[in-house]
Amino acid sequence: MIIVLNKDSMLIQKEQDVVPFRNRVKEYAVKIGMSLVNQTKLITAASELVRNMLKYGNGGNTVIEVVSKGRENGIRLSFIDKGPGIKDVELAMKDGYSTGRSLGLGLPGAKRLVSEFDIKSAVGKGTTVTIIKWKNG
Amino acid sequence: MGKFLLVTIQVDLYDRLALNLESDLVQMVSKTGARGVLIDISALSIVDSFMGRIIGNIGNMSKIMDAETVVVGMQPAVAITLVELGLELKGVSTALNVVKGMELLHKKIGSLEDTTEEEEHDDHSAE
Repeated sequence: MIIVLNKDSMLIQKEQDVVPFRNRVKEYAVKIGMSLVNQTKLITAASELVRNMLKYGNGGNTVIEVVSKGRENGIRLSFIDKGPGIKDVELAMKDGYSTGRSLGLGLPGAKRLVSEFDIKSAVGKGTTVTIIKWKNG
Repeated sequence: MGKFLLVTIQVDLYDRLALNLESDLVQMVSKTGARGVLIDISALSIVDSFMGRIIGNIGNMSKIMDAETVVVGMQPAVAITLVELGLELKGVSTALNVVKGMELLHKKIGSLEDTTEEEEHDDHSAE
């Protein structure tokens, strides 16, 4: 069972919000004693997802939580947008697939960098991506 | 020996700034006739797919403008993350630090200059 120890949220509406958001995530990761490599992986994944949210969902809300499962602490991030949604989630998770002009690494790359990855999307309603990076995971 | 451009990225850039850096740099290469570009990213705490693409673009654009690019100072955690993310930074040379990067640039451009000089410049003293 996952227990939430701390909850924070941040609106992302423009590109300039991305760096402060990354810094906020880093603060929490440092606070729970996450190693530098795991911090870097988490923040990189967060950066990919937050960019997706801005680019395809016209921005949205992010939730930063410190969570605990058994003896393990971690950071859970949620990216919630009310954009057009993703038609084919499976396809969007494929390496090298992009509807924009990017490298198509965002979603699959972010998934590889974190411990747990969940994506829910409904066309016309929006997309929610939730990731967890355990302190030692 | 040609001139080098030395770029130190000192803060984490948001996308627009990174794009500006890309266009400014390519313009500077053209304006100064630099033969080498050295980018120090030691202050970057993360390189995501966008920043990686910008770095790759700078390398490719400079190449077309006849300049070599070397990226130096990547933090170990960033390197680990980049590989796991799936970014290869193709076409970009890297070196551990600024000193080694400069050596690499000299080596690359030195070997180029030797051949181009022989091909392009008239040797007046020999006439």
